[in-house]
This record gives sequence, C-alpha cells and structure tokens, in this order.
Amino acid sequence: MLKIENLHVNAGGRAVLKGLSLEMKAGEVHAIMGPNGSGKSTLSYVLSGRDGYEVTDGKIEFMGQDLLAMEPEDRAALGLFLAFQYPVEIPGVSTTTFLKTALNSIRKKRGEKDIEPAAFLKLQKQKIQQLGMDPEMMKRGVNVGFSGGEKKRNEVLQMAMLEPKLAIMDETDSGLDIDALKVVSEGVNALRSPERSFLVITHYQRLLDYIKPDIVHVLANGKIQKTGGPELALLLEEKGYADFYDATEAA
Amino acid sequence: MTNAAIAQETLETIKALDKYEAGFVTEIESEFAPKGLSEDIIRFISAKKNEPEWMLEARLTAFRHWLTMPEPQWAKVSFAAIDYQDAYYYAAPKSSPAPKSLDELDPKLLETYKKLGIPLREQEMLNGIAVDAVFDSVSVVTTFREKLHKAGVIFCSISEAVQEYPELIKKYMGSVVPYTDNKHACLNAAVFTDGTFVYIPEGVRCPMELSTYFRINEAKTGQFERTLIIAEKKSYVSYLEGCTAPKRDENQLHAAVVELVAMDDAEIKYSTVQNWYPGDENGKGGIYNFVTKRGICKGARSRISWTQVETGSAITWKYPSCVLLGDDSVGEFYSVALTNNYQQADTGTKMIHIGKNTRSRIISKGISAGKSNSTYRGLVRIAQKAENARNYTQCDSLLIGDLCGAHTVPYIENKNPTATLEHEATTSKISDKTLFYCRQRGIPEEEALTLIVNGFCKEVLQHLPMEFAVEAQKLVAISLEGSVG
Repeated sequence: MLKIENLHVNAGGRAVLKGLSLEMKAGEVHAIMGPNGSGKSTLSYVLSGRDGYEVTDGKIEFMGQDLLAMEPEDRAALGLFLAFQYPVEIPGVSTTTFLKTALNSIRKKRGEKDIEPAAFLKLQKQKIQQLGMDPEMMKRGVNVGFSGGEKKRNEVLQMAMLEPKLAIMDETDSGLDIDALKVVSEGVNALRSPERSFLVITHYQRLLDYIKPDIVHVLANGKIQKTGGPELALLLEEKGYADFYDATEAA
Repeated sequence: MTNAAIAQETLETIKALDKYEAGFVTEIESEFAPKGLSEDIIRFISAKKNEPEWMLEARLTAFRHWLTMPEPQWAKVSFAAIDYQDAYYYAAPKSSPAPKSLDELDPKLLETYKKLGIPLREQEMLNGIAVDAVFDSVSVVTTFREKLHKAGVIFCSISEAVQEYPELIKKYMGSVVPYTDNKHACLNAAVFTDGTFVYIPEGVRCPMELSTYFRINEAKTGQFERTLIIAEKKSYVSYLEGCTAPKRDENQLHAAVVELVAMDDAEIKYSTVQNWYPGDENGKGGIYNFVTKRGICKGARSRISWTQVETGSAITWKYPSCVLLGDDSVGEFYSVALTNNYQQADTGTKMIHIGKNTRSRIISKGISAGKSNSTYRGLVRIAQKAENARNYTQCDSLLIGDLCGAHTVPYIENKNPTATLEHEATTSKISDKTLFYCRQRGIPEEEALTLIVNGFCKEVLQHLPMEFAVEAQKLVAISLEGSVG
C-alpha cells in the first residue's frame, strides 16, 4: 500500500533524507526509530504534503497513486492520516464542527454524500466512549485548553472517525505520562485491522511496549540503516543508536 | 508556502473572482433632485416629502452649520476629498411612490429584493420578520404593519413618521446625535431622505424581528438614511439592518444616522450586516460608509446592544456607541470587521458611563486580508458620578497574508476611582501550520480558512438573530474568497 523509493528531501537548505526506501503492506505496523535530527518528522511531513520540503529525488506510491503529485487534502481523502506531534489549536471551532467538516470534505472528494447529522453524532459518541473522553470537550475549540494527553487523545479520536488506510504517528509518545500513554495506545490498538497500516515514529522504545510493531526500522543520517523485528527496538534501547550508523557521516 | 507566495497568489486569485453578488443594477425609471447640494436642493427634498415647515427649518439650520464644519481627520483612513456638488441627494423610483401594499409595489423592486435574498413576500410568510425596504432615497414598502400595529408597535418609514407622529419626531430626532455632532451626521440632518422609525410602547415585547434593507441603486447618488428607535419602559425590540449596492467605479457616499432611546428596563438589540460594495481588487469604487450610530440608555436598568458584521464598503467609519445615563444600565458592542483588497475600516465604539453601576462590554474582531487596513478605535469614559462602573474590552485582530494591517486604538478616560476596567487585545496570523493541519484532515484550503475565521468571529456572530448568523457566516466566506493561494 505504501512504497517509498530512494527518497531524497531538502529542508531548510540542507539534505535531510538521503535515499530512504521503505515498503509497507496493508495491516502492518512499522516503527521508525532514530536519533534527533535523523529525519523522522521530515518523513511524516513529506508523506502528508506539508510545504517547505523539497523532494529532489525518488518517488512515493500510496494506494497505487503517485503521492507526491497530490495536495494534502487529496492525500487525506485517499486514506492518509497524520497524528501530529504538536496538534494545533483552533479557537472558536468546536471539535465536533471540525470533525464533521473533515469527514464531509473527505466524503465529498470520494463522491459520497454528507453524513447524516444523527449518524455522525452516534458515531462520534461511540468513539468518544471507547477513548474514555469527556463529551464536553467536543464543544470546546479544537485542542484549546486541552492538556498534552487530551490533545493526543483527540488525535486518536480524529483517526478513529476518519478511518484512514495509513496512520502516521509522529512522536505520539512525546509529552505523555505513562497513564496517558496507555490510553492512547489502547485507542490505537483498537483501530488495528487487516486493512489499516500504521507508521509509528518514535525516539524511544517505550511506546512500542504498548503498540507492538511487526517491523522496526532504524532511521539515521537520512536513510534506513537497519530493518528487523520487534527485538531490534530492544537492542536499540540497550545499545543506543551509535552502533547502527557511521556518526561521522552525519556531520 | 511562503507568505510572499501566498500574497502573490492572493492577488491572482482575487483577480479571477467576481464575488460581489449584490453588484447588479435595477433598471427602473427614477426621479432625481438636480445634482449638487444647496439650500434649494434641501427645499426640494423637503417639498418632495411634503414636510411641515419645522422640519425644513431644522434641515436648513443643519445645512448652514455643515458649511462651517471641518471633515473629521482622526480616523486611520485615506481618500481623496469628497466633491459634495458632484452627487445626487435625492433619487426615487418613479412608479408608485407610496404603495399601500405589496400588490401595488413595482414588480421590478420586488424582483430586486428577491435577488438580494430578501423576498418581501416569502419573507412575510416564512420567517416572520417585518421588513422596511429602502431603495435609494425612499422607503418603498414596509411589511407587517397591521400585525405590529395591533401590538401597539409603530414600524414605518421616517418620512411617514414626520407626518404621522410629529410630536415624537420633534422630541427625539437629534436628541441622541445632534446635528452639531460631526460633519457626516450634520450632512445627514440636512439631507436625510428616508429610514426607519420604530416605537415600542411601555411594557410591549415586539412580537417579531424588525429589519430594514437599504439598497443604493442609482449612480452618483448618496444615501442618507435616518433611523430612530424608541423603546418605552419595560419594552423589548430586536432590529436588524442589511445593506448592498451595485458595483460602480465611482465612490458613493452613505452617511447615515441611527438614534436609539431606551427607557427604564427597556432593551434594544440592534444588529447590522453591512455588505456595501467594497470596490474592486484594485481599490476602485466602493461605498464610503460614514455612519453615526448612538444609543442612550436613558432609564434605569435599560440595555442597548450593538452587533455588527462589517464586510463591505471601500471605507467604513463608524462607532456605534452607548450613553449609559440610567443607573444599572448596560451597553454592549459586538463587532466583526473584515477587510480585503484595498478596503479600509476604522470602527469601534464609545461607552460613556454616567449612571451608577453601569456596565459595558466590547468584543471586537478585526480580520484583514489582501492590502487592507482595519482599525479598532474605542473610547471608554467613566464620568465622575458613575460609581462602580465596569467595562470589559476585548480586541482581537487576525491577519491573513503579510500586506495588510491591523491597528488597535483604545482610549480610556476614568474620573471615578471605583471603576473596574479590563482591556485585552491580541493580534494573530493564520499560520501555515494551522492551515496544514486542516488540510491534512481533508479540508480544502479555502474552506479551512473560512472555518478558522468563523471560529475567530464566533463570539460575535452568536449575538446575531439565528437566520442572520448563518447569512453572516456565508458572507464572511464570500468576502474571504481568494485570500489564500
């Protein structure tokens, strides 16, 4: 479902990704681990189509389409979802309004009719309950006054409502205490299915105790340095990243 | 995308748009006063309206004073000097000058209002909102008069009120905004042509929303309407005005005066959705909207609330104000001012606290896009005897692109140490990050912008009557079209 070939990306005037290749099948959970500055967040933004990242070489195929040629909203309609490391606040726009607008925009692009308001509310209520969220939060502005944990949970709620084919989780564990981490991970695990893939980007092994990956990649110096099973994450935790790439190259 | 790129694309997209839907002209035969401004013209207008001598005298007194007055200079707006002699001060459709019912109204006028989304007939049946339709210099029809009459409410054009209720007019017209107030208000006192008169008797809650729809149609014609609303003790009224004009290369002057009077325990809610033609993408044409609006909370515990959504006009110069004379009276001002292209808005309010325990609340939301400039200018004055007065002011500005400007000019004059005054102000920019967040969720960029801006304005829009809040949201969306790449 996702195939990245020899991806080269410049950001802020320097090469960040230098020949990254990666392939994911439907239903798989991949973890990308790497030190700070290795290009983890750049990868998530290039996949989702944020401005400011220049692809100098390589290609990305998603659901059989040329992902790089598409606008961010079209990628979303095709089933790509990014859970942000730092979700933004949108004052005055309730989470309910935001979710309904997003869902209907995606349906429109797929040639479907708007969701019935009653059906929407029912679906939302069900997902809120699953995530143990306070329904009152849905009336507040998107992420306004939410704690770090609530923001991340709100990302998972949006993921649950939009039902993507590929969910990219950018450092979802950052800023979460252990309880919040558990809740968020349970929410993600509940969404695992044979049709849905996850790309979990993280600095620490801790998150992978809760969201068990099928495959672990080590990203360093702009490339995948090593790929293995879940045991690779444990090895990284023990030995650090230094063993996996030539640090002198990084400079 | 960089801001410069956004700005560039903004310009290009706007050029491709023809977004002002109210910009058409109605082909209708009109009767004009001769061009220009003089005592003779004023006599002409007064004669057209068959006015009593005292009204003509009041007009002439104002005109003579106007000749001596300087133009107000303090607003942050710039425009070429107005040639007052190069305009018509009276224009009226020739057909049926005073139709008694909708059936007698020229079908062209009926059609015009229908096109503007004010179907005078359907409106009457569906929404239960009474409408006074003012076309250039005359009120062409006022609906629901009978029903309102039964409730004791007077809802008619100001020209009629001069004839029918001279005592009320003599007593109240000019009592809140005297002709000496400022040059624009003075001109209005001399040449006002029509407008709306509302009188709510003691203890009456007006059974329906009242509204006036102002339309400028003819070229080179100024509109000078005058509205007077009197709410007697323990009465309540909610009133709304809307305004549009055809697209023209010239600037047209709209200098209105609105006066509100609220007695003990009375409440007046006054809402405006202003969508005068804003001029084209190069700043050519558009209405000069120079308006003086003021309400007096005369009685104890009275309340006046102004809500405005200002999206139109080349230049907006208006400061709907409250004089809080009665003890425990309350003044409110909720405003959204949206400017795009070369529009200029200098708007705000004055809250004059005179009575004890008076309270006021100001919520102002300014949105600037394109090369426009938006200024909030407000005065909070606490008089010496205004014990325990309170004011809360919040001014938020939102910038779209980096060629526009937002300015906040709050004045505070406090002569009583028991006053509590709060002022909050913020300026923010719609960040690329926020737009990207929305787009990642599948929401296209323009829709995302509208969503964000409507969220920003929500606090104000929710004070509008329901149907108009929806209209206002759409208007905000249309006015923003083309402001992102």
